[in-house]
Amino acid sequence: MTATQERPADAVEKEIGRDRRRKEDQRLITGRTRWTDNITLPGMLHLAMVRSPFAHAKIVSIDTSAAKQSTNVVDVLTGADLGESLGVNINAWPITPDQVTPNHSPMPSDRVAFAGEIVAVVVARTAAEARDAAELVDVEYDELPAALDLKRSAADEVLAHPDLGTNKSAYWVFDSGEAGTGGSVEDAIAKARTDGIVLEREYRQQRLIPAFMEPRSTVVDPTGEQITMWSATQIPHILRFALAATTGVPESKIRVIAPDVGGGFGGKLQTTPEEWITWAVARRLGKPAKYTETRSESLMAGHHGRDQWQRLTLAAEKDGTVTGFKVDLLADLGAYVSLVGGGVPVLGAFMFNSIYKFPAYRFAVQTVLTNKTWTDAYRGAGRPEATYAIERMMDELAAEVGVDPLEIREKNWIKHEEFPFTTVAGLEYDSGNYEAATARAKEMLGYDELRAEQRRRRESGDPVQLGIGVSTFTEMCGLAPSRVLGQLDYGAGGWEHASVRMLATGKVEVVTGTSAHGQGHETAFSQIVADRLGVAFEDVEVLHGDTQVAPKGMDTYGSRSLVVGGEAMVRAADKVIEKAKPIAAHLLEASVDDLEFSGGRFSVRGTDQGMAIGEVALATFAAHNLPDGVEASLDSDATFDPVAFNFPHGTHLCAMEVDTETGALKMRKYVCCDDIGNIINPLIVSGQVHGGLVQGIAQALWEEAVYDDSGTLVSGSFVDYLLPTAADTISFEIDHTTSPCTTNTLGTKGVGEAGTIASTPAVVNAVVDAVRHLGINDIQMPCTPERVWRAINGAGAGGSTEGAAMPHFESGGATGNQEQPGTSSTEGAGS
Amino acid sequence: MIPAAFDYVAPASVEDALAALAEHGDDAKIIAGGQSLLPVLRMRLNAPEMIIDLGRIESLRGVRDDGDAIVIGAMTPHAVVGSDPLVAEHASLITKAVEHLADAQIRHRGTFGGALAHADPAGDLGAPALVLGAEFVIQGAGGTRRVAADDFFVDLFETAIGEDEILTEVRIPKHTGWGAHYEKFVRVAHQWPIVAVAATVRVDGGAIAEARVGLTNMGSTPLRARGVEEALVGQPATEDAVRAAAARSTEGTNPPSDLNGDADYRRHLATVVTRRAVLAAAGG
Repeated sequence: MTATQERPADAVEKEIGRDRRRKEDQRLITGRTRWTDNITLPGMLHLAMVRSPFAHAKIVSIDTSAAKQSTNVVDVLTGADLGESLGVNINAWPITPDQVTPNHSPMPSDRVAFAGEIVAVVVARTAAEARDAAELVDVEYDELPAALDLKRSAADEVLAHPDLGTNKSAYWVFDSGEAGTGGSVEDAIAKARTDGIVLEREYRQQRLIPAFMEPRSTVVDPTGEQITMWSATQIPHILRFALAATTGVPESKIRVIAPDVGGGFGGKLQTTPEEWITWAVARRLGKPAKYTETRSESLMAGHHGRDQWQRLTLAAEKDGTVTGFKVDLLADLGAYVSLVGGGVPVLGAFMFNSIYKFPAYRFAVQTVLTNKTWTDAYRGAGRPEATYAIERMMDELAAEVGVDPLEIREKNWIKHEEFPFTTVAGLEYDSGNYEAATARAKEMLGYDELRAEQRRRRESGDPVQLGIGVSTFTEMCGLAPSRVLGQLDYGAGGWEHASVRMLATGKVEVVTGTSAHGQGHETAFSQIVADRLGVAFEDVEVLHGDTQVAPKGMDTYGSRSLVVGGEAMVRAADKVIEKAKPIAAHLLEASVDDLEFSGGRFSVRGTDQGMAIGEVALATFAAHNLPDGVEASLDSDATFDPVAFNFPHGTHLCAMEVDTETGALKMRKYVCCDDIGNIINPLIVSGQVHGGLVQGIAQALWEEAVYDDSGTLVSGSFVDYLLPTAADTISFEIDHTTSPCTTNTLGTKGVGEAGTIASTPAVVNAVVDAVRHLGINDIQMPCTPERVWRAINGAGAGGSTEGAAMPHFESGGATGNQEQPGTSSTEGAGS
Repeated sequence: MIPAAFDYVAPASVEDALAALAEHGDDAKIIAGGQSLLPVLRMRLNAPEMIIDLGRIESLRGVRDDGDAIVIGAMTPHAVVGSDPLVAEHASLITKAVEHLADAQIRHRGTFGGALAHADPAGDLGAPALVLGAEFVIQGAGGTRRVAADDFFVDLFETAIGEDEILTEVRIPKHTGWGAHYEKFVRVAHQWPIVAVAATVRVDGGAIAEARVGLTNMGSTPLRARGVEEALVGQPATEDAVRAAAARSTEGTNPPSDLNGDADYRRHLATVVTRRAVLAAAGG
């Protein structure tokens, strides 16, 4: 008898809810693992890209002769050389039937549309030799006017793609009056203009760079029946599909492996020109080929995020009851419509009403092509933008009405007894309790004491003022019900797949179609399966990220891995139990109806007879004594398509000190109480929340991709693109309330994006709150000390960031790449 | 981020290093701690054919007492300078400046002389060296010469060190008993300062008897705020008195405009940061 058998089953310690250390961290943190760039194949060639220094130019000629003579160079290829074999980079989500979508060649041969676009590839025996030769490729450009500023591009002043005749790609609208989910927003605004409050604001979502830790890398091995691509990607399955669809190779001949991947934040939710070029080169030369980008290339040419102008109109009654919200967005696509592309703002379209009971709502987005790096998903994708807009506006409304910002929210939010609640955007929120999360967050912050201190500082005219920022966010995550995606014209479904394989030795292999890039899936999924099957945590092996191991999947983004992928896993595990039951009954000589399964054991009711599921697995493997007609396998698959999104929410409070003399900001305290339903691993959740908070705070305070007047990325290194480190952040206090999700078995909600979505407006609200008494109602992100100081000195919210980078690194000498056009400002060209 | 190919020597003496420099001339570049040169090479902003590494020349390391001055070897890492008791006692302004210089890794690789020879106007050591009246000992084929700090910083990335010379040590006149503070204004911790102020003062009988104030990143070289220094003499170390003196910190400045701030904002910052630096220095 084991210890487990001596105790009642419910005394077995549950894995779900335990602070398990991550099983994958040993190899991930030490780096002794298979990152793509660690992969070396026999005879492998190395690629270096030659990139355009110009934002918009005709390619007049490309002279590769000197590069071809360089040491150990195997070939130098251009778009013209590779032709059709290059395939194209696709947009999977045309958001309107008439969307204007430029052709996106991975390596154009006629015209470049952003600085950093690839015009030639050097193939050499070593990476260093490839880079040396890349500097010898002589490209003659004929520069064209570039469409850079978003608003001016929307007015078609200069065309990003002259042959298209317009920069306006798609105009997408949701109107609650037309959809039947609410009233007319124009009526609400008209009424409020006569007897209520109308607030009109314009906010800027600056351009951000995902800045994942591991630069992108791709290896292609064409020497086999299947062509294998390893790539640092979030989406091996979508990548395989897109390769098949655009390069003419049958899907069955393609194997894609996402080995250990070092972060993504949406930045690796992409099919990239670099992948397509590596694929084409390896196939053409018949040899394995590798490309790994430099950090500079990553910042310049990996897709960017956000970049919107938001024009907002909020209508309310005089007491602060909101009667309508109207949203007009301009969204910068960059030079091409990327994989998700214009779908990013659409993912936010259902969230501007947030946790509130607005009777009327209208959302419209114009997506716009420019000659900048293309944009796509970045942690939160559409929902941070929505949350920022509404949470900033609710603070503005509170100031207008003259009440506490939490009071104005409470007046408008959905009460906990009103769930499930169908919103004005047409979504049904299944569960939540905004009152409870807010009460807890206030208590954690010491809200009332800090408000009192704020008053004292204002009254004494202290040079250091204190602000308290509020963000009561919600988000829709767990992408996504396939039917909804179909209604939105997305190019695929939103299901997820899982397999559970019972090994003869008692171990369990679990295969998931999600593809982790650092989130801790192997640990959390092990906990789920260990509980479900009653096996040891250590006995569960989670496999993922290889289309031959995990043949079906929709990959990882949109906080979907647990709530969609985890549910598929639960269902596959339940099928294993169902398949094991008749075998166990047979072996125990009992009726199936008399068996119960608990704590990993089948037992015969009313007796001490039973057997562990591992024993059933071994008996099934041996297959010596199975019931008639039962197959010799317990292995099971499940494909789960969510019936609904789920809706994490939380209350985030930030206390910020503002030095009015310099504009410097010092975060005093940050607390949040998030409701993400039931928690599988609190330690992993804390990591997700802390990291998410820093990423959202960084948008508020530090990060911005800045271009100069010629379309060169000025913030092209980490000297000028300011990523925070631990030295720049404070210790956050986090807690949770729990309203289990009702649309999945485990009651879980997504957490991967929550911190990022919630924190940005909390921080900016705190900054504005600190100086509102000085007549300030907005400071543009990132809230640099200079912007804050200028606002205090009456110069408004701050315009666009201008100016060059600080020149810390002296360039010099006649050698190097100084003779190449524009390389002083786009050092990634050949570097 | 792979540099172009280069040859490399690591001589064991200054004389051998000078010989290598003479042989390769313009094609050579000296590497000290490499914290500025390596990024330049890796981003291929420069591609010297020969790198001369001073890392094996033991005589260039360490801090010693030399009567009226302390002498800091050019190849002494920042971390060593920052924890050296002689520096703390006689030139505490340097100790303060090194404390927040870049990050811990850079402080262990980067060198005192290398940073000064690089002459980045946003570098943290130029203004302290300037106001302490440092002397730069420069060795060439014809022997050594001493250059005063006022003459050392010529322009952006340009010093009095000749192309055939090597900075070997920096002599800092003792400022024993002076209060000191280095006040740095940054957006994120490990950034170069947007503006920084080095202040060291001798307080006598409640009043400022002598003051030295230097500005970082307010022009193409580190600058001495002589107007502030003059105005401080004889003043009590009070908020109001120092505020009035600090208003003169913009005199003679020509700050850059870049992503982190326009020139007018930097001028404003200089007045505030100067006041804070001086008050902290006077407060001990």
